[in-house]
Amino acid sequence: MTLEPGRPRPEPTPETRHFWEGTKAGKLLLQRCGDTGRAYFPPRPFSPYTGTRNVEIFEASGRATLHSYVIHHRPVPGFKPPYAIAVVELEEGPRMMTNIIDCPQTPEALVLDMPLEVAFVKMDDEITLPLFRPARGA
Amino acid sequence: MTIKPGEIAIVGAAESTRIGTVPDMSQIMLHADAALNAMEDAGLKPSDIDGFACVGNMMPQQLVHYLGITPKWVDGTGVGGCSFMLHVRHAAAAIHAGYCSTVLITHGESGKSRINATPRPAEPQSLQGQFEMPFGPMGPPTLFPIPVLRYMKTYGVTHEHLAQVAVVQREWAAMNPRAAFRDPITIADVLNSRMIAYPFRLLQCCLVTDGGGALILTSADRAKDFPQKPVYILGSGESAEATMVSQMQDFTSSRAFRVAGPEAFRMAGITHADVDHLMIYDAFAHLPLYGLEDLGFVKRGEAKDFIWEGHTRPGGKLPLNTNGGGLSYTHTGMYGMFALQESVRQLRGTAPAQVPDVEISVCHGVGGMFSASGTVVLSNQRP
Repeated sequence: MTLEPGRPRPEPTPETRHFWEGTKAGKLLLQRCGDTGRAYFPPRPFSPYTGTRNVEIFEASGRATLHSYVIHHRPVPGFKPPYAIAVVELEEGPRMMTNIIDCPQTPEALVLDMPLEVAFVKMDDEITLPLFRPARGA
Repeated sequence: MTIKPGEIAIVGAAESTRIGTVPDMSQIMLHADAALNAMEDAGLKPSDIDGFACVGNMMPQQLVHYLGITPKWVDGTGVGGCSFMLHVRHAAAAIHAGYCSTVLITHGESGKSRINATPRPAEPQSLQGQFEMPFGPMGPPTLFPIPVLRYMKTYGVTHEHLAQVAVVQREWAAMNPRAAFRDPITIADVLNSRMIAYPFRLLQCCLVTDGGGALILTSADRAKDFPQKPVYILGSGESAEATMVSQMQDFTSSRAFRVAGPEAFRMAGITHADVDHLMIYDAFAHLPLYGLEDLGFVKRGEAKDFIWEGHTRPGGKLPLNTNGGGLSYTHTGMYGMFALQESVRQLRGTAPAQVPDVEISVCHGVGGMFSASGTVVLSNQRP
């Protein structure tokens, strides 16, 4: 799939660059707290659970479930309404905002807790967005 | 020494002369118009004010200069629409500490006419700019309702339950000549109104208006010398969680509410049974439900039935959002000031939809998308 022009473009910072390098390479990178072993998101070079700087970057499975969403019905540059703005819960625990592709944008098709998998969609040479689609074989 | 319930009082309170569509006032003048009305209400001049609070980048400096105030205490806390609850709490502490004696808190927002309005840029390097904005949110109607479907699934809340919130608040607004929307509505009207961001339709989203409001606080010992009946601050609470709604810990409950609310009750030394009147900032129809549960008025999942059974409507045992709320009265963008004004009116006995025998009012605000919270417990009786 290709994205429509006009979608707001994220600008990586020193603390988040690894995440965006990861999506460009087809990997969903999370971080893990060295004290508790718990995964967290969004990226930062320390643990929000204990404050330790002892953290590691690891590749997530890309599996998630649909936690909640809205279906927006008004025009926004880069989007064709109605479109869902979703929050998914990753298998590793953290949640992230995303869009659901390869799925009708309707309450009937978008069922809470349905299994999803990550899909990397290129925005430009630097930015690739992590979107999600219904899990294959689900 | 710990601040005591009732030690600080609100002695001046007013809204801007007009609210709704005010195309002949810029944002700073809406602040000033409300401030002048509040000073008139309290019988004070700018030279009597020695503490000042308002929300907005650099706004305290602009406003004290505009109004001719020389403050020795300044607060520019800006955590969204509940900033005024935090200003009240901070001002009470400052007066208690002796930093100042008379604090003016102002709000003005040209939310509809957008005359010198505050821009709300989504900085693409911010965390929200990187991890929310690329996925298509466009303002609060697309962000604030994001947890709602999870809340509905968890507690069996129906679209009709969420429509009933707007229906009941319109009943209150019908009694208020200043309310933007006063015609009665039915659940069918709500569910047939234009879809904005499923599951919410137009009548479940707040208004966008122009307006302002101002409060004046001083010590309770001085309050008896003012022309208006004092409204005493019994307790207050505040908290913050996250700027990104996608990162709130629990989509069925606000952590910021669960910290601010109980702290205000604890400080005030009251129980829920003591509360005669309640305001819960209603930017969208789910907020009164979250507020009733997170403040402990009902158990988790029970707010839908509490509202459905009529307990919050006119004549009910817990009158809620008696001005009509952000859904029907007014919503400039930062509605918390208007919720506080209604609590003050109810305690003075001057509200258009006056509830009989109000002695204690709880006023609860939200900032951002469940990002922050402030709760104030007010009374017309000093303990």
